[in-house]
Amino acid sequence: MTTGLQAFVSTLKRDLLVAFKRRNDLLNPIMFFFIVVTLFPLGITPEREALSVIAVGVLWVSALLASLLSLDNLYRSDYEDGSLELLVLSPHTLYFLTLAKICSHWIVSGLPLVMLSPILGYMLALPASAYWTMVITLFLGTPILSLLGSIGVALTVSLGSRGLILAMIILPMSVPVLIAGTIAVNQAVEGNPVGGYIALMGAMLAVALSLAPLASAAALRISIN
Amino acid sequence: MSAANSQQIDPLLSATSLYCERDDRILFDNLDFTLNAGEVLQVGGSNGSGKTTLLRIVCGFNDAFEGKLYWRLKPLEHQWEDFYASVIYMGHRVGINKILSPMENLRWACSLRSQVTDTAIQNALSTLGLNGYEDSPCHTLSAGQQQRVSLARLLISPADLWILDEPFTTLDVHGVADLELMLANHINRGGTVLVTTHHRLQVDGNLRHLNLDNLQTKRQS
Repeated sequence: MTTGLQAFVSTLKRDLLVAFKRRNDLLNPIMFFFIVVTLFPLGITPEREALSVIAVGVLWVSALLASLLSLDNLYRSDYEDGSLELLVLSPHTLYFLTLAKICSHWIVSGLPLVMLSPILGYMLALPASAYWTMVITLFLGTPILSLLGSIGVALTVSLGSRGLILAMIILPMSVPVLIAGTIAVNQAVEGNPVGGYIALMGAMLAVALSLAPLASAAALRISIN
Repeated sequence: MSAANSQQIDPLLSATSLYCERDDRILFDNLDFTLNAGEVLQVGGSNGSGKTTLLRIVCGFNDAFEGKLYWRLKPLEHQWEDFYASVIYMGHRVGINKILSPMENLRWACSLRSQVTDTAIQNALSTLGLNGYEDSPCHTLSAGQQQRVSLARLLISPADLWILDEPFTTLDVHGVADLELMLANHINRGGTVLVTTHHRLQVDGNLRHLNLDNLQTKRQS
């Protein structure tokens, strides 16, 4: 029998492979993030002072929506083609297998946003002192969004027409992350210490990391029932 | 239960007084069956008689039932780990990702259970007549070929119990013969098969039938 780690790695590899073969889906969240953020200066004002005030919020809200947009890829096609049943019937703990899928989702949809954020921060005239804080908070925050999103998708994957129900489930849970992330970056803009906020986000990530895969696994079992 | 059989070893899987209803319709009531190592149990019955439901109950996908399931004489609900390590399930949805190639699909599906080499996958695919398709995306394969890819899992992973839901539907004549041969080989090695099909199975070895329709008529009369 394979070890849990081998099953984890194999699932991660497979999901990354699927993502890279579906280039459209791969680019969607990144393009969405980029487009939304570039529209704000056009829609509001190109003045640097005004932009720097809204920069943090725009970046965080766009990252949240971009993550939401790509979530459906997490379990939907596996549900439809029956791979999910193979996953659930695996002798390995479903916790690690769902965690592998969530990691793959984050690598594909969250990590590029984190890397793209300094460029977009520059476009939105974010003060230079806040760059690192923004990257770090996004680096801690986007995995939380993937983890929370996984619960929502696992719960709704068997529903025929989902509409907004996914957003209704996930957004309330994501609000604390959004608040902590934006406050941290705003504090950095004002030159205040941000260690506490980053620690708070780290704690949120630790909690999400330990509980969300469990909840997703339970939700997946219900969904295939 | 057929305890009368003198050469009977302990059943691999047994069910006692299973009851399941769906949409206020009773699918089966007081259903008992045993599944011994080294035999094929063919579950028959008309459409909607609960064949798939029965298989999903056994796999733990469906918990809307009453009754008891035993795995190697112990209650199944405490034996999931051992049970999952010993079972391969193939449902209506065969578990093949359309974007990935047969090779990539099998590499993942089999690694969930056991170590697997590319040679083993290649051999299984060529046994099932998929030579030359190893690296084509599965959406370019026909339904029958995709079914064969999924069947390749049975050849690669060592599992005692195969649970197959309508495995013959999309297969051609040769495919049917191949699969029947696989079933025969499996039970001759001491493996066990739980299969639903409308097809008249031709398997050398222990073949038993469980007809869900008969149960219904029995109950009504």
